[in-house]
Amino acid sequence: MSKFKKKSNASQDIPTSALPDIIFMLLFFFMVTTVLREVTIQVQQRIPQAQELRKLQRKSLVKYLYIGEPKKPEQFGQEARIQANDVFIDTKDIIMWVTQEKDKLDEVERDQITISLKVDEETKMGLISDVQLQLREANARKLMYSTPQKVIE
Amino acid sequence: MARGRNRGGPEINSSSMADIAFLLLIFFLVTTTIANDKGLTMVLPPKPDEQEIIDIKIKEKNLFKVLINSADRILVEGEVVTDIPSIRQMVKDHVLNYGKDPEKSDSPKDAIVSLKTDRGTSYEYFIGVLDELQGAYYDIYAERVGLTNAEWRELASDLKDPSNKEIYDRGRGVIDGEITIPMQISIAEPTKIGGN
Repeated sequence: MSKFKKKSNASQDIPTSALPDIIFMLLFFFMVTTVLREVTIQVQQRIPQAQELRKLQRKSLVKYLYIGEPKKPEQFGQEARIQANDVFIDTKDIIMWVTQEKDKLDEVERDQITISLKVDEETKMGLISDVQLQLREANARKLMYSTPQKVIE
Repeated sequence: MARGRNRGGPEINSSSMADIAFLLLIFFLVTTTIANDKGLTMVLPPKPDEQEIIDIKIKEKNLFKVLINSADRILVEGEVVTDIPSIRQMVKDHVLNYGKDPEKSDSPKDAIVSLKTDRGTSYEYFIGVLDELQGAYYDIYAERVGLTNAEWRELASDLKDPSNKEIYDRGRGVIDGEITIPMQISIAEPTKIGGN
């Protein structure tokens, strides 16, 4: 009899004192692995997937160009546009943009600048080729077509 | 009695700590995106006027030509291809021919893959084909050193490690500083037939 009574008296609370620690660990994980989005993307970004991806080593050397149809066609038209930082630029402005971005880097690293192109899948190659030509002119020859990993069924 | 109980000092109620942490967590979850720094890498040729204009004769058979027109139809070596992944094997056959088939490359060193699009080709197909072309080379390299394709690409991303560099060079067949299987993918200037 006394044996049974003892059992029912045992505390059934789950200790929750470790809960904040667990949550904090999750929090730190997310804080470390993510970066705050710096620019508001104003062009459509349905980026095609690819399998054979390579990882970039130095994130500080990567500069992004977003290409696609503007999200607000009534304001910016339906032609695919190039977005650098927060503004739309023309192909002829790319050289200037690259020069500006290079100036932000250390002198020894300027040649290693990598341009990451985030291009919408419906963009025509004509525009991409124009961009590439300008990048060659600007001597920013390392290029990456940024794509998500294709999931193979 | 009462003094003994208070010895531990006043306790702060920490039960809301989890809630605060949760709020922060949710804030970071919403406002951040996991940075995607992966993609297909390429190095563009130097400025057009810096290049010396030399008439290099490339044998027709060493060239592996891929054309994509403005209607996103693909032509590989003069034949229409609808199944994009099948290009991979064709590239491998072409590169690793070693002069067996008279219509394919003499040696991997001579083999050049040329990808030409039209101004009206959509980016999606360009990436799809470029993916297969690069994948074929990665497959070749990986096979030479007994790795899988994914392992090879992982290794090639970090060449600071000397052992990685050694495997990387072995895969590409570097002999006396010369690469015997260079990845020669040339992206030609697009044609203007399709307009835009």
